[in-house]
Amino acid sequence: MIDKSALWIVIIALGVGSFAFRFVFTGLIGNRAMPDWLLRHLRYTAVAILPALVAPQVLWPAATGGSPDAPRMAAAAVTLTVGIITKNVLAAIVSGTATLYILLFFLN
Amino acid sequence: MAATTSKSIYREGVVAGLPFILVIIPFATLFGLLATEAGLSVFETLAFSVVVIAGAAQFTALQLMQENAPTIIIIASALAVNLRMAMYSASLTPYIGGAPLWQRALCAYVTVDQSYVVGIAKFEKSPEMTVPQRVAYFLGAVTPVVPLWYGFTFVGAYLGKQVPESWALDFAIPITFLAMIAPMFRTLAHVVAALVAVIVSLIVSQIPYSLGLIVAGAAGMMAGAQVELWTSREAGT
Repeated sequence: MIDKSALWIVIIALGVGSFAFRFVFTGLIGNRAMPDWLLRHLRYTAVAILPALVAPQVLWPAATGGSPDAPRMAAAAVTLTVGIITKNVLAAIVSGTATLYILLFFLN
Repeated sequence: MAATTSKSIYREGVVAGLPFILVIIPFATLFGLLATEAGLSVFETLAFSVVVIAGAAQFTALQLMQENAPTIIIIASALAVNLRMAMYSASLTPYIGGAPLWQRALCAYVTVDQSYVVGIAKFEKSPEMTVPQRVAYFLGAVTPVVPLWYGFTFVGAYLGKQVPESWALDFAIPITFLAMIAPMFRTLAHVVAALVAVIVSLIVSQIPYSLGLIVAGAAGMMAGAQVELWTSREAGT
Protein backbone atom coordinates (compact mmCIF):
# COMPACT_ATOMS: atom_id res chain seq x y z
CA MET A 1 0.00 0.00 0.00
CA ILE A 2 1.34 3.40 -0.97
CA ASP A 3 1.74 5.83 1.93
CA LYS A 4 -0.46 8.89 1.30
CA SER A 5 1.83 11.60 2.66
CA ALA A 6 4.79 10.15 0.73
CA LEU A 7 2.57 10.12 -2.37
CA TRP A 8 1.84 13.84 -2.12
CA ILE A 9 5.50 14.63 -1.48
CA VAL A 10 6.37 12.72 -4.66
CA ILE A 11 3.63 14.41 -6.71
CA ILE A 12 4.60 17.93 -5.59
CA ALA A 13 8.38 17.37 -5.85
CA LEU A 14 7.98 15.91 -9.35
CA GLY A 15 5.72 18.76 -10.39
CA VAL A 16 8.12 21.44 -9.15
CA GLY A 17 11.22 19.63 -10.47
CA SER A 18 9.74 18.93 -13.90
CA PHE A 19 8.62 22.53 -14.29
CA ALA A 20 12.10 23.72 -13.27
CA PHE A 21 13.68 21.55 -16.00
CA ARG A 22 11.21 22.79 -18.60
CA PHE A 23 11.69 26.44 -17.64
CA VAL A 24 15.40 26.59 -16.83
CA PHE A 25 16.64 27.81 -20.23
CA THR A 26 13.62 29.52 -21.79
CA GLY A 27 12.99 31.29 -18.47
CA LEU A 28 16.47 32.29 -17.36
CA ILE A 29 18.25 32.92 -20.66
CA GLY A 30 15.25 34.28 -22.50
CA ASN A 31 16.29 36.60 -25.28
CA ARG A 32 20.03 36.71 -24.55
CA ALA A 33 22.26 35.26 -27.26
CA MET A 34 23.73 31.80 -26.73
CA PRO A 35 27.18 30.90 -28.09
CA ASP A 36 27.41 29.33 -31.56
CA TRP A 37 28.93 26.07 -30.38
CA LEU A 38 26.01 25.55 -27.96
CA LEU A 39 23.39 26.34 -30.61
CA ARG A 40 25.14 23.94 -32.98
CA HIS A 41 24.72 21.14 -30.39
CA LEU A 42 21.14 22.06 -29.55
CA ARG A 43 20.09 21.72 -33.20
CA TYR A 44 20.49 17.95 -32.78
CA THR A 45 18.58 17.55 -29.50
CA ALA A 46 15.43 16.08 -31.06
CA VAL A 47 17.12 13.71 -33.51
CA ALA A 48 19.43 12.41 -30.75
CA ILE A 49 17.21 12.16 -27.65
CA LEU A 50 14.06 10.64 -29.14
CA PRO A 51 15.77 7.80 -31.07
CA ALA A 52 17.87 7.09 -27.95
CA LEU A 53 14.66 6.96 -25.91
CA VAL A 54 12.97 4.41 -28.18
CA ALA A 55 15.94 2.25 -29.29
CA PRO A 56 16.06 0.05 -26.15
CA GLN A 57 12.24 -0.29 -26.21
CA VAL A 58 12.42 -1.47 -29.82
CA LEU A 59 15.16 -4.06 -29.23
CA TRP A 60 14.27 -5.16 -25.69
CA PRO A 61 10.59 -4.34 -25.08
CA ALA A 62 9.45 -4.48 -21.45
CA ALA A 63 6.21 -6.14 -22.58
CA THR A 64 8.09 -9.28 -23.63
CA GLY A 65 10.28 -9.24 -20.53
CA GLY A 66 13.14 -7.71 -22.52
CA SER A 67 13.53 -10.42 -25.14
CA PRO A 68 13.68 -9.22 -28.77
CA ASP A 69 10.32 -9.34 -30.51
CA ALA A 70 10.00 -9.60 -34.30
CA PRO A 71 6.62 -7.80 -34.64
CA ARG A 72 7.86 -4.79 -32.65
CA MET A 73 11.15 -4.56 -34.55
CA ALA A 74 9.37 -4.86 -37.90
CA ALA A 75 6.82 -2.22 -36.84
CA ALA A 76 9.62 0.18 -35.89
CA ALA A 77 11.43 -0.40 -39.21
CA VAL A 78 8.23 0.12 -41.24
CA THR A 79 7.33 3.30 -39.31
CA LEU A 80 10.78 4.80 -39.85
CA THR A 81 10.94 3.83 -43.54
CA VAL A 82 7.45 5.12 -44.38
CA GLY A 83 8.18 8.32 -42.41
CA ILE A 84 11.44 8.97 -44.26
CA ILE A 85 9.92 8.27 -47.69
CA THR A 86 6.55 10.00 -47.35
CA LYS A 87 7.45 12.62 -44.70
CA ASN A 88 3.89 12.04 -43.51
CA VAL A 89 3.60 11.40 -39.76
CA LEU A 90 0.12 9.90 -39.83
CA ALA A 91 0.96 7.55 -42.72
CA ALA A 92 4.01 6.36 -40.75
CA ILE A 93 1.99 5.78 -37.55
CA VAL A 94 -0.80 3.92 -39.36
CA SER A 95 1.54 1.64 -41.34
CA GLY A 96 3.68 0.93 -38.26
CA THR A 97 0.65 0.09 -36.13
CA ALA A 98 -0.83 -2.09 -38.89
CA THR A 99 2.48 -3.98 -39.18
CA LEU A 100 2.57 -4.52 -35.41
CA TYR A 101 -0.98 -5.89 -35.16
CA ILE A 102 -0.78 -8.04 -38.30
CA LEU A 103 2.49 -9.66 -37.16
CA LEU A 104 1.31 -10.07 -33.55
CA PHE A 105 -1.82 -11.77 -34.89
CA PHE A 106 0.05 -14.20 -37.16
CA LEU A 107 3.14 -14.90 -35.06
CA ASN A 108 1.65 -15.22 -31.56
CA MET B 1 -4.41 41.48 -38.87
CA ALA B 2 -1.62 40.14 -36.68
CA ALA B 3 -4.26 38.53 -34.47
CA THR B 4 -5.81 36.62 -37.39
CA THR B 5 -2.39 35.39 -38.47
CA SER B 6 -1.63 34.14 -34.95
CA LYS B 7 -5.00 32.41 -34.86
CA SER B 8 -4.42 30.56 -38.13
CA ILE B 9 -0.93 29.57 -36.95
CA TYR B 10 -2.43 28.29 -33.69
CA ARG B 11 -4.84 26.19 -35.77
CA GLU B 12 -1.95 24.90 -37.85
CA GLY B 13 -0.29 23.79 -34.59
CA VAL B 14 -3.47 22.02 -33.48
CA VAL B 15 -3.56 20.06 -36.76
CA ALA B 16 0.11 19.08 -36.36
CA GLY B 17 -0.65 17.79 -32.84
CA LEU B 18 -3.70 15.73 -33.85
CA PRO B 19 -1.88 12.42 -34.63
CA PHE B 20 -0.84 12.25 -30.97
CA ILE B 21 -4.46 11.72 -29.93
CA LEU B 22 -3.93 8.10 -31.00
CA VAL B 23 -1.16 7.75 -28.41
CA ILE B 24 -2.28 9.96 -25.57
CA ILE B 25 -5.67 8.29 -25.13
CA PRO B 26 -4.35 4.74 -24.53
CA PHE B 27 -1.29 5.99 -22.60
CA ALA B 28 -3.27 8.23 -20.24
CA THR B 29 -5.93 5.56 -19.74
CA LEU B 30 -3.22 3.05 -18.88
CA PHE B 31 -1.71 5.41 -16.29
CA GLY B 32 -5.14 5.93 -14.72
CA LEU B 33 -5.75 2.17 -14.57
CA LEU B 34 -2.35 1.32 -13.10
CA ALA B 35 -2.43 4.16 -10.57
CA THR B 36 -5.81 3.18 -9.15
CA GLU B 37 -4.76 -0.43 -9.18
CA ALA B 38 -1.74 0.62 -7.07
CA GLY B 39 -4.13 2.11 -4.51
CA LEU B 40 -4.36 5.78 -5.53
CA SER B 41 -7.77 7.44 -5.42
CA VAL B 42 -9.27 8.93 -8.59
CA PHE B 43 -8.47 12.42 -7.26
CA GLU B 44 -4.84 11.56 -6.45
CA THR B 45 -4.38 9.95 -9.86
CA LEU B 46 -5.77 12.98 -11.67
CA ALA B 47 -3.69 15.38 -9.53
CA PHE B 48 -0.59 13.39 -10.46
CA SER B 49 -1.26 13.88 -14.19
CA VAL B 50 -2.17 17.58 -13.85
CA VAL B 51 0.80 18.52 -11.65
CA VAL B 52 3.48 16.48 -13.40
CA ILE B 53 2.24 15.91 -17.01
CA ALA B 54 5.08 13.57 -17.92
CA GLY B 55 4.01 10.06 -18.82
CA ALA B 56 7.34 8.24 -18.54
CA ALA B 57 8.26 9.92 -15.24
CA GLN B 58 4.82 9.18 -13.79
CA PHE B 59 5.08 5.49 -14.70
CA THR B 60 8.56 5.38 -13.18
CA ALA B 61 7.38 6.95 -9.91
CA LEU B 62 4.37 4.64 -9.74
CA GLN B 63 6.51 1.57 -10.30
CA LEU B 64 8.99 2.56 -7.57
CA MET B 65 6.25 3.49 -5.10
CA GLN B 66 4.79 0.02 -5.50
CA GLU B 67 8.23 -1.42 -4.77
CA ASN B 68 8.31 0.70 -1.59
CA ALA B 69 11.46 2.54 -2.64
CA PRO B 70 12.56 5.44 -0.40
CA THR B 71 10.78 8.69 -1.31
CA ILE B 72 14.01 10.45 -2.22
CA ILE B 73 14.96 7.66 -4.66
CA ILE B 74 11.51 7.81 -6.25
CA ILE B 75 11.80 11.56 -6.80
CA ALA B 76 15.40 11.41 -8.07
CA SER B 77 14.63 8.56 -10.51
CA ALA B 78 11.51 10.12 -11.95
CA LEU B 79 13.28 13.47 -12.31
CA ALA B 80 16.19 11.75 -14.08
CA VAL B 81 13.67 10.35 -16.58
CA ASN B 82 12.53 13.95 -17.10
CA LEU B 83 16.00 15.46 -17.40
CA ARG B 84 15.58 15.58 -21.17
CA MET B 85 13.04 18.38 -20.60
CA ALA B 86 15.98 20.67 -19.67
CA MET B 87 17.55 19.82 -23.03
CA TYR B 88 14.27 20.62 -24.77
CA SER B 89 14.11 23.93 -22.90
CA ALA B 90 17.64 24.83 -24.06
CA SER B 91 16.79 23.81 -27.61
CA LEU B 92 13.60 25.96 -27.64
CA THR B 93 15.29 29.04 -26.15
CA PRO B 94 16.63 30.48 -29.44
CA TYR B 95 13.09 30.29 -30.88
CA ILE B 96 10.79 31.41 -28.06
CA GLY B 97 13.20 33.05 -25.59
CA GLY B 98 11.95 36.47 -26.69
CA ALA B 99 8.34 35.83 -25.58
CA PRO B 100 6.89 37.47 -22.43
CA LEU B 101 7.72 35.65 -19.19
CA TRP B 102 4.17 34.38 -18.61
CA GLN B 103 4.08 32.86 -22.09
CA ARG B 104 7.44 31.20 -21.53
CA ALA B 105 6.16 29.81 -18.22
CA LEU B 106 3.01 28.51 -19.92
CA CYS B 107 5.06 26.92 -22.72
CA ALA B 108 7.35 25.37 -20.08
CA TYR B 109 4.41 23.76 -18.27
CA VAL B 110 3.19 22.15 -21.52
CA THR B 111 6.63 21.09 -22.79
CA VAL B 112 6.30 17.36 -23.40
CA ASP B 113 7.96 15.12 -26.01
CA GLN B 114 5.05 15.63 -28.40
CA SER B 115 4.81 19.43 -28.26
CA TYR B 116 8.58 19.76 -28.39
CA VAL B 117 9.03 17.60 -31.45
CA VAL B 118 6.14 19.22 -33.34
CA GLY B 119 7.32 22.72 -32.42
CA ILE B 120 11.01 22.27 -33.13
CA ALA B 121 10.34 20.59 -36.50
CA LYS B 122 8.25 23.59 -37.59
CA PHE B 123 10.63 26.25 -36.21
CA GLU B 124 13.58 24.69 -38.04
CA LYS B 125 11.65 24.49 -41.30
CA SER B 126 10.25 28.04 -41.11
CA PRO B 127 12.95 30.39 -39.79
CA GLU B 128 10.85 33.42 -40.86
CA MET B 129 8.27 32.82 -38.08
CA THR B 130 7.98 35.57 -35.45
CA VAL B 131 8.18 34.80 -31.73
CA PRO B 132 4.39 35.27 -31.15
CA GLN B 133 3.70 32.97 -34.11
CA ARG B 134 6.01 30.32 -32.66
CA VAL B 135 4.32 30.51 -29.25
CA ALA B 136 0.89 30.28 -30.93
CA TYR B 137 2.01 27.23 -32.92
CA PHE B 138 3.54 25.52 -29.86
CA LEU B 139 0.41 26.06 -27.76
CA GLY B 140 -1.66 24.83 -30.71
CA ALA B 141 0.35 21.62 -30.96
CA VAL B 142 -0.23 20.87 -27.30
CA THR B 143 -3.97 21.61 -27.35
CA PRO B 144 -5.01 18.14 -28.54
CA VAL B 145 -2.51 16.51 -26.13
CA VAL B 146 -2.73 17.95 -22.62
CA PRO B 147 -6.54 18.07 -22.08
CA LEU B 148 -6.75 14.46 -23.30
CA TRP B 149 -3.90 13.52 -20.96
CA TYR B 150 -5.98 14.80 -18.03
CA GLY B 151 -9.27 13.47 -19.37
CA PHE B 152 -8.18 9.94 -20.10
CA THR B 153 -6.18 9.65 -16.88
CA PHE B 154 -9.56 10.25 -15.26
CA VAL B 155 -11.31 7.73 -17.53
CA GLY B 156 -8.67 5.08 -16.77
CA ALA B 157 -8.82 5.77 -13.03
CA TYR B 158 -12.62 5.66 -13.16
CA LEU B 159 -12.79 2.43 -15.15
CA GLY B 160 -10.21 0.85 -12.86
CA LYS B 161 -9.86 -2.42 -14.71
CA GLN B 162 -6.90 -3.83 -16.61
CA VAL B 163 -6.43 -3.19 -20.33
CA PRO B 164 -5.60 -6.52 -22.01
CA GLU B 165 -1.85 -6.94 -22.65
CA SER B 166 -2.58 -8.12 -26.19
CA TRP B 167 -3.27 -4.49 -27.20
CA ALA B 168 0.51 -3.94 -27.12
CA LEU B 169 0.01 -0.37 -25.90
CA ASP B 170 3.64 -0.29 -24.79
CA PHE B 171 4.55 0.22 -28.42
CA ALA B 172 2.36 3.26 -29.10
CA ILE B 173 5.13 5.57 -27.89
CA PRO B 174 8.04 4.17 -29.97
CA ILE B 175 5.89 4.17 -33.12
CA THR B 176 4.77 7.79 -32.79
CA PHE B 177 8.23 9.09 -31.91
CA LEU B 178 9.82 7.29 -34.87
CA ALA B 179 7.10 8.67 -37.13
CA MET B 180 7.78 12.20 -35.85
CA ILE B 181 11.54 11.93 -36.16
CA ALA B 182 11.70 10.38 -39.66
CA PRO B 183 10.95 13.61 -41.59
CA MET B 184 13.62 15.46 -39.57
CA PHE B 185 16.60 13.63 -41.14
CA ARG B 186 17.42 16.44 -43.53
CA THR B 187 21.23 16.43 -43.47
CA LEU B 188 24.03 13.94 -42.90
CA ALA B 189 24.61 15.57 -39.51
CA HIS B 190 21.04 14.73 -38.39
CA VAL B 191 21.44 11.10 -39.47
CA VAL B 192 24.81 10.74 -37.72
CA ALA B 193 23.44 12.36 -34.54
CA ALA B 194 20.59 9.82 -34.44
CA LEU B 195 22.82 6.82 -35.23
CA VAL B 196 25.38 7.73 -32.55
CA ALA B 197 22.62 8.38 -30.00
CA VAL B 198 20.99 5.00 -30.76
CA ILE B 199 24.26 3.05 -30.54
CA VAL B 200 25.29 4.72 -27.27
CA SER B 201 21.80 4.26 -25.80
CA LEU B 202 22.02 0.51 -26.43
CA ILE B 203 25.50 0.29 -24.92
CA VAL B 204 24.60 2.26 -21.78
CA SER B 205 21.05 0.92 -21.36
CA GLN B 206 22.04 -0.75 -18.09
CA ILE B 207 22.81 2.58 -16.37
CA PRO B 208 20.07 2.99 -13.75
CA TYR B 209 17.34 5.67 -13.60
CA SER B 210 17.42 6.45 -17.34
CA LEU B 211 20.64 8.44 -16.96
CA GLY B 212 21.95 6.47 -19.95
CA LEU B 213 19.45 8.42 -22.07
CA ILE B 214 21.13 11.71 -21.18
CA VAL B 215 24.58 10.25 -21.95
CA ALA B 216 23.34 8.90 -25.31
CA GLY B 217 21.56 12.15 -26.19
CA ALA B 218 24.64 14.23 -25.40
CA ALA B 219 26.84 11.89 -27.49
CA GLY B 220 24.44 12.17 -30.43
CA MET B 221 24.31 15.96 -30.17
CA MET B 222 28.11 16.20 -30.11
CA ALA B 223 28.37 13.91 -33.15
CA GLY B 224 25.78 15.98 -35.06
CA ALA B 225 27.54 19.26 -34.22
CA GLN B 226 30.90 17.84 -35.30
CA VAL B 227 29.58 16.55 -38.64
CA GLU B 228 27.92 19.92 -39.24
CA LEU B 229 31.29 21.65 -38.72
CA TRP B 230 33.05 19.29 -41.15
CA THR B 231 30.41 19.53 -43.87
CA SER B 232 30.14 23.33 -43.62
CA ARG B 233 33.94 23.67 -43.84
CA GLU B 234 33.98 21.55 -46.97
CA ALA B 235 31.14 23.52 -48.52
CA GLY B 236 32.19 26.98 -47.38
CA THR B 237 35.96 27.45 -47.38
